[in-house]
Amino acid sequence: MKFRLYRYHPETDAKPHMQDVELDIDPAGKMLLDALLAIKAQDETLSLRRSCREGVCGSDAVNVNGKNRLACITPLSELKQPIEVRPLPGLPVIRDLIVDMEPFFQQYRSIKPWLINDDPEPEVERLQSPADRARLDGAYECILCACCTTACPSFWWNPDKFVGPAGLLQAYRFIADSRDEATAVRLDNLEDPYRLYRCRGIMNCVDACPKGLNPTEAIGRIKSLLVKRRV
Amino acid sequence: MNIRRFDALIIGGGGAGLRAALQLARSDFNVAVVSKVFPTRSHTVSAQGGITVALGNVDDDRWEWHMYDTVKGGDWLGDQDAIEFMCREAASAVYELEHMGLPFSRLDNGKIYQRPFGGQSKDFGGEQATRTCAAADRTGHALLHTLYQQNIKHRTQFFDEYFALDLLRDAEGYCLGVTAMSIETGETLLIEARTTLLATGGAGRVFGNSSNAMINTGDGLGMVLRAGLPLQDMEFWQFHPTGIAGVGSLITEGVRGEGGYLLNRHGERFMERYAPHAKDLAGRDVVARAIAIEIAAGRGCGAISNQGGGDYVELKLDHLGEKRIAEKLPGIRELSIRFAGVDPVEKPIPVAPTAHYMMGGIPTNLHGQVVAPAHYGPEEPVPGLYAVGECACVSVHGANRLGGNSLLDLIVFGRAAGKHMLEHLRDNPYPRPLPDHAADASLARLQRWDQPGGERVAAITDGLRRMMQTHCGVFRTDAVLREGLEMLDALETRLAHAGLQDTSRVFNTARIEALELENMMGVARATLVSAIHRTESRGAHTREDFPLRDDEHWLKHTLYSRPGDQVDAKPVRLKPLTVESIRPMERVY
Repeated sequence: MKFRLYRYHPETDAKPHMQDVELDIDPAGKMLLDALLAIKAQDETLSLRRSCREGVCGSDAVNVNGKNRLACITPLSELKQPIEVRPLPGLPVIRDLIVDMEPFFQQYRSIKPWLINDDPEPEVERLQSPADRARLDGAYECILCACCTTACPSFWWNPDKFVGPAGLLQAYRFIADSRDEATAVRLDNLEDPYRLYRCRGIMNCVDACPKGLNPTEAIGRIKSLLVKRRV
Repeated sequence: MNIRRFDALIIGGGGAGLRAALQLARSDFNVAVVSKVFPTRSHTVSAQGGITVALGNVDDDRWEWHMYDTVKGGDWLGDQDAIEFMCREAASAVYELEHMGLPFSRLDNGKIYQRPFGGQSKDFGGEQATRTCAAADRTGHALLHTLYQQNIKHRTQFFDEYFALDLLRDAEGYCLGVTAMSIETGETLLIEARTTLLATGGAGRVFGNSSNAMINTGDGLGMVLRAGLPLQDMEFWQFHPTGIAGVGSLITEGVRGEGGYLLNRHGERFMERYAPHAKDLAGRDVVARAIAIEIAAGRGCGAISNQGGGDYVELKLDHLGEKRIAEKLPGIRELSIRFAGVDPVEKPIPVAPTAHYMMGGIPTNLHGQVVAPAHYGPEEPVPGLYAVGECACVSVHGANRLGGNSLLDLIVFGRAAGKHMLEHLRDNPYPRPLPDHAADASLARLQRWDQPGGERVAAITDGLRRMMQTHCGVFRTDAVLREGLEMLDALETRLAHAGLQDTSRVFNTARIEALELENMMGVARATLVSAIHRTESRGAHTREDFPLRDDEHWLKHTLYSRPGDQVDAKPVRLKPLTVESIRPMERVY
C-alpha cells in the first residue's frame, strides 16, 4: 500500500517534508496503526504516540487524508491511497506525527474539570437517578485525543482564548451532573466572547470525534443555559 | 545534570499512582508524578467491567463474603491479612470515588449500579452475588479521568512523557529517587525524593497475544530487578477467557455477568461441563482453561485448523437485546464491530484467551512498602520505597485474580500507600545525601544505546513475544519452559549486540522501546524461572506434568532474584487481621 507521511525532525530538518512509503501489508482486518508500526519496524526514526491500540486512551490521533482520526481504529481498507498521514493541525509539531498538546490541555484545565460539591459528604454514595445519570452520557466518555479541537477553525485562530470543543464538552459534563453545585461559576467562567462564543457551529468537531460524541450540541446547551439565566 | 527535589515521587500515572498522589497532594508535602505517557493514556483507562465491593446495593452482601471469594479465587495463594484489608476498606474507597465525581451507572433507587462477575458468591460459596460496581463498560476510563481531575485540582506536579530509568539508593538501602529522561528532549535528570512509589502497571506485552496496552512493559519490575531486589509469584499470569480472537482486545467479563455465555463449534454451552454451578461465571483461570481445552479438542469455532476445529469459541449476547447492550455494554459493541467485524446485537463475538494480568510483582506489605529478605527476615521494608497496583504483589490476587478486584486493589492500596508515605515523611523529615556516582550505572545503561549495533531491537522484541506465547502460555510443562528459557538466553545475547538506527534526542521512541525491551527481558526471565520452579498446578499456573495443587509442598510464595536466577520461598499468610482463617480446600465452581 502507498503512504505519504509527514516527516519533521527538529535536530536535522530545517522544515518538514512529505515522505512516500510503500508497505507490503494485507489491509484486511488491519488498522492504520498496524501499518504505521510496520513502517516504524523498517524505519525506526518514524515517531508517533500510541498506547491502548483500541480507541480508548486517545494517544494516536493523527490527520488522515484530511480528517482527524485515531490511527488504531481507522481500518486500512477504508482509506484511499496514497494514504496521507499528518500530525493534528493547529498545534506545534514536535517531531513527525507528534504535536505539543499543551495548548489543548491548558484549555481543558481552564474549565475546572472536577466535580465541585462542598456539602458534607455522606458515609455512602450521593444518590443520582438513572435519568440524571443519563444526562452525562455523551459527555463523560471523552478521551482527550484532541481530534475535535484541532479540527476547529475557531481554535486554530484563537488557541489561547477559545476553550475549544473538547474543553467545552467537559465543562458541560460537570454542568449537567446533578451532583455538581458550581453551575453558576462554571457559566461565569465561560460567558466570554472568546472562551465560549467563538464557537460558530461549524460542527467539524462532531465529524471528527472518534467516539461519536457531539460537542456542538453540548455547546448549544451551555449557550441556552446562559440565555435562560438572563431572562 | 539537572536535579529536581520533591518530598514524594510517584512513578506511573495510572489508577494506583494517581490515587496515592492524591493522598499526598492534599497534604502539606509536595508530590510529583512521573509518567511515560500523559496520565489518562495509562492502561487503567482500558478497564471495562467494574470495581468489586460488597455494597449490597442489589442483593445482600458482606465484605467477608467478598474476602472468601477472593481467597478461593486466588487458589489460597493470596495473603489473607491483605485480602481482609482490601475487602474491609473497599466500601469507603469506592464511596470516595463517587464523591470525587466518578459517573457510576445507577440503580432505580439512585444507588451505584452493581452487576454479577465471575467467582462471586453469597454466604461463603453459595448463590451468585452481584458485587461489581460499574460505569457502563467504561469503569476504568471513568475512574482514571476522575482521579486525574482530582490531581489537577490539588496541583500535583506532573512530569508527563518522562521515562523513569533506575532507582537511586544509598549504601544502607534507602531509596532516594530515580534517574529519568524527558522523552520530548532526551535530557536526563535526577529526581530526588524522600519517598518513591512504583505504580508502573503490568507487563502483559511480554506475550504475543495480549489484552494489554503497548505501554505495559514492566518498567518498574525492571528497575527493581536492577536494584537487586526480588520479584514475587511471577509464574502467575492471568489469561482472560474472552479476548477478541486474533486481536487480543478485551471483552469484559461483565458481558457474562449481564447474561452472555460461551458456545463451542456444536453450539454447546460447554461451561456447564467444567463448572456445573457457576458455569460461565467461574474463575477466569477455569474458563480460560476450558476454552483452551475445547479448541484443542477440535470443538473450536471458525475455519478448521490443525486441531480439527477452529481456533476460537463464541460469546453470545444477542439475547440480551439491543437496549440492554446499548445501556450497559456500549463500549463492547463498539470494540466488537471495529475489531471482530461483528455486531453483538446480531451475532456472537469470536473470542479466545488472551494474556491479561500479572498476579505477581514487586513484593509489598499492606502499607505498600516494598519488602525484601534482609537482616532479620524475608519481609523487611526497603526504606523509602513503595509499590502499588499491578506492578506490586501485596498479595491479594494469589494465583488468580477475580474480575473487578484489580481496580479495587489500585484505590485501596494506592490510598494506604499514600497514607504510609505521609507517615514516613513526618518520621524522616530530612533528606539523606545522595551518594556520589549513584546514577553512574543508570546513565551508562542509557548511553550504551548511542553505540551502533547490528541487531534490530524490534526483531528481538518480536522474538521475545513469540517465545513467551508458545512456551509460557495457558498450559505449561518443564521441557517446554526450559526450551523457552534457552531461547531467552539467546535473545539476551542478541540484545547485547543490538543498536539503534536512530540516536537522536528529541522524542526518540526507538530508544524508549529499547529501554522497554530491557525491562521486558527481566520480566520474562523471572516468569520462566519461577514457572519451572513451581512443580504443581495452582490458579492460573497450569503444569501439565504436575496437574494437581500440592499444598503440602507449594502453599508458599515464590521469590525470584536476578543474580544466579535464584528462587526462594516465602510463607503465605493464612491468618487474616481479625476474622477466622479460610482454610485451604478443593476449589470447585
